[in-house]
Amino acid sequence: MEKVAVMGVGQTSFEREKDDTFEEMVFEAVQAALSDAGGKIGDIDNVLTVSNDFWDGRTISSMSVMYAAGAWDKDVSTVEGDGIFGAIYGAMRTLAGSFDTTLVVAHAKGSMGRMNLITNGMFDPIYQRPLGIDATMAAALQARCYMERTGATEEDFASVSVKNHRNGCRNPHVHLGMELSIEDVLRSRKISDPLKLYDCSPISDGAAAVVLANERGAKRFAQKPAWIRGMGHCSDSYTLGYRDLANTRALQAASRKAYGMAGIADPLKELDVVELYDAYSYMELLWYEGLGLAAEGRGAELMMSGATCMGGDLPVNPSGGVLSAHPVLVAGLARLAEAVLQVRGDAGERQVAGAKTALAHGINGACGQAHGVIVIGT
Amino acid sequence: MADRKTGQTELLYVTSGDMYQPYSYSLGRLGAEFLNTIKEEKRFLGARCPGCNRVYVPPRSVCGRCHMKMEELVPVSDEGEIVACAIIEFGFVDPNTGIARPVPYGTAFIRLDGADTALPHFLDSVDREKVKVGARVKAVFEETRTGKIMDIKHFALIDQYRRPGGSNGFSVE
Repeated sequence: MEKVAVMGVGQTSFEREKDDTFEEMVFEAVQAALSDAGGKIGDIDNVLTVSNDFWDGRTISSMSVMYAAGAWDKDVSTVEGDGIFGAIYGAMRTLAGSFDTTLVVAHAKGSMGRMNLITNGMFDPIYQRPLGIDATMAAALQARCYMERTGATEEDFASVSVKNHRNGCRNPHVHLGMELSIEDVLRSRKISDPLKLYDCSPISDGAAAVVLANERGAKRFAQKPAWIRGMGHCSDSYTLGYRDLANTRALQAASRKAYGMAGIADPLKELDVVELYDAYSYMELLWYEGLGLAAEGRGAELMMSGATCMGGDLPVNPSGGVLSAHPVLVAGLARLAEAVLQVRGDAGERQVAGAKTALAHGINGACGQAHGVIVIGT
Repeated sequence: MADRKTGQTELLYVTSGDMYQPYSYSLGRLGAEFLNTIKEEKRFLGARCPGCNRVYVPPRSVCGRCHMKMEELVPVSDEGEIVACAIIEFGFVDPNTGIARPVPYGTAFIRLDGADTALPHFLDSVDREKVKVGARVKAVFEETRTGKIMDIKHFALIDQYRRPGGSNGFSVE
């Protein structure tokens, strides 16, 4: 099969509230990705933007960033969902042979709208929205289901928060790197039982971009390629009431597809680093299981073993993860950017020594309705 | 109502009710300076691209053609010409006030002298003989200005005409 690589990555800083316009954030991320790739906008054959109209407060939100995205006189297509799905779609457009290079850019300004209202808007308007359900209320339901099924505790969730916020201290892009104790997390303000403040990701502003190329297109850039070894995506039921919220079958399907392509039989042994979408602390444990890093019901055990900490056998979220900065839609693409930096050895203070194979994961929809997985390697 | 005997049911709809989604849109430095200058000095500024020298009114941060950041603001005239226009006959709720704007009214995209792009606004006229591409217009400002685009009341037609398409060598795209 034809191969596709990530040739460059760019991220703005992720902050609680940025004064920049969408255009300025997107331009900064795109310029950073092109500079990282060692190329210029003329090397890009087509552009893929990632945005959501509810978050942007405008319809066809993708079109308004076309100048900054470098899409003038180019085809521009859009993914309305997490950036990891943008990267997967971009890789497909590149593999299809229509384009040798694809720029994928995602942006979000969570600070300009109201998270509760916007995420309430993703639910069914007749039977569910009137209950006031939003992303965090849905997550609390899922966290409770997971606790009931596996016996995981609030302390287990807190340990994820402690690990990822600590890792965030070494990532200059995030705004919530901090040293916390388990007690700090447990005593933080109740948001939606069993979730406390430090179990929940912040809502952040920012943008991220990646440059993709097939083997022919890769020659345009000076950077060394980080090859996509495998990828997969899968959706579960939209309606939460049709799902076992503690079951990760969509992630299992997505990751097994990616592992199959990448020739990975034992991900815990064969992967060197994982960047996953921990919008809430408990999600990391659930996703360990979905990704096959832990057996069903054993996510907390893997966490407590220390294997996923920096210095462990398989560090997870050395960047600080989504708990340390959560630009919605951008976060999955940021995971991919981090995975690329890791396999290239360019992750600075958060580098996992000798990382050769990394996994990036993104989710879309309430409680991780859809999952996208990319395995990347040098 | 549902009548079980006949199987007839009144069909129902649910509305979104009184919920509204407020947003706060950042203008960036250039946009803020543009509106502040209208508010304080009744003057227009445009952003000049360092690559192609095109002047964008209203200003934006990135020139899409050159994929370059724009930092420089330059003054442009408060007079210009119509490059596209329409006389609106259907009632439309003004998003600023929630009140339907009386019809008919004139609206146009106006290229100010010294600018390369066209700014949309209202016209003071619904005269079909005068509201035409190429017609010359001048900005009329509100007495009380608050830093919004509606600090411009409208553009007034002035009795001068120029050949459609303009004479500054750029076409508006």
